Amino acid sequence: MPLFSSFTKPFASAGDQAVFLGHFFRNIFQRGFEWNEFLRQCYIIGNKSLSLVGITGFILGFVLTLQSEPTLKAFGAESFVPSMVAISVIREIGPVIIALICAGKIASSIGAELGSMKVSEQIDAMEVSGANPVQYLVVTRILACIIMIPLLTLIADALALIGGYCASNISNKVNLTLYFNKAFSSLSFTDLIPAVIKTIFFGFAIGFVGCYKGYNSDRGTESVGVAANSAVVSASLWVILLDAIAVQLTSVFAYN
Amino acid sequence: MNDAYHDNNNFLCEAPSAAANDTVIAICDLKKAFGDKVVLSGIDMNLLRGENLVVLGKSGSGKSVSIKCMVGLLTQDSGSLKIFDKEVSELSVTELKMLRMKVGFLFQSGALYDSMTVEQNLEFPLTRVLKLKDKNGIRASVEEVLEGVGLLDAINKMPSDLSGGMRKRVGLARTLILRPEIMLYDEPTTGLDPITSREISELILQMQQKYKISSIIITHDMACARITADRLLVLNQGKFIAEGNYEQLEHSPDELVRSFFK
Repeated sequence: MPLFSSFTKPFASAGDQAVFLGHFFRNIFQRGFEWNEFLRQCYIIGNKSLSLVGITGFILGFVLTLQSEPTLKAFGAESFVPSMVAISVIREIGPVIIALICAGKIASSIGAELGSMKVSEQIDAMEVSGANPVQYLVVTRILACIIMIPLLTLIADALALIGGYCASNISNKVNLTLYFNKAFSSLSFTDLIPAVIKTIFFGFAIGFVGCYKGYNSDRGTESVGVAANSAVVSASLWVILLDAIAVQLTSVFAYN
Repeated sequence: MNDAYHDNNNFLCEAPSAAANDTVIAICDLKKAFGDKVVLSGIDMNLLRGENLVVLGKSGSGKSVSIKCMVGLLTQDSGSLKIFDKEVSELSVTELKMLRMKVGFLFQSGALYDSMTVEQNLEFPLTRVLKLKDKNGIRASVEEVLEGVGLLDAINKMPSDLSGGMRKRVGLARTLILRPEIMLYDEPTTGLDPITSREISELILQMQQKYKISSIIITHDMACARITADRLLVLNQGKFIAEGNYEQLEHSPDELVRSFFK
């Protein structure tokens, strides 16, 4: 029997998630969208993650430049540093690293918040009063993640380029206009658009997993920690999985 | 088991129409289990209009489960649970929502939304459930119910700034703001000092008289039971084992029933 239940558990969980997903989509289009709560969540997710994401983006560009510059210098190709940093950060490293950081910060906080609301019966209280907790709590948070995580990624990408410029200036005096001309001349919309599209999916995965884990947590204070922890693990896994799919799709459709 | 208990409840299962006018909740052979653990093993009960019914029982005896089935937070495994003559398990989502507007539920912890002020907590059901838009009308309703529970001063406070008794009062006000016809109280005095417990119990009685509410009060606080109860039921191991008023059960021949009153 335990063997059977361990075999069926992942399927039951997938079924629960599909039902939860159905609730989310059904409630997006229902009357009475919670605009105030949506804007509050955008503020919380965007504003409170901005410093962490900004610092990470800056250091990402800074370190990438410091690491790659000596190698490219050996081949006499140090003028390609801005292009290399821009392409690698905007296409791949920026979206994935920022999404993983957001999985740690945002998915865990949503999981813990909804988990504690579940434990303290606040979600039940909303439900028995006749209000719609999915519309108020879940729809607003997932949509806020979908909007804010691409914006945070774009900000981090910009700061990564500035970080790269600062790192280049340690060894050589590089003109700011020249650096950014070099960086942007190598970029095209086929680099930026797929990257932005995949961050929308990353945002959805982070919001959805955080909400699902928190909303369906067990009773008891321990389950709040479990919800937060499993939200981070699952969201990170989804980010990496979605990135692998996005890279495949992008290489087929965008670069051919 | 008390004979009066059998006599009173048989009509619910067999001829509901006879007393249907005065019966707001009618439960017949309700069963609920979680996995192998049977919590309710076939309970029968009724709640009459305007009545305060107290359900006594040890922790884990299934008291809270029974009232959570009444508002659709849990679904019974079998048996009949009718509120206003409608079978709860057969209601559509919209019908359940309509029913929940008539049935208030006070949670043990108060279950206040901790990211909102007291005023926003009370506005929440008005704007989301009744879809009210008039800000002055909403403010007047909030002030009226807060005054009713004696907490008008706390209107701008956050739940974290309130004591346990105040949280329960605000929780009660948030439930009463929808003017329910039935109130379900889940251990309303648990964790409170004797003075605050008495205040909450008297408040329950006042609300019954002021708004003509029918109530089920789940408790093991005998002081609360004595103040609020018109009738008491004793739940043990998933079954009701006795019914009567406070004095009758205090002198019950059943040792277990009497033990609640010691």
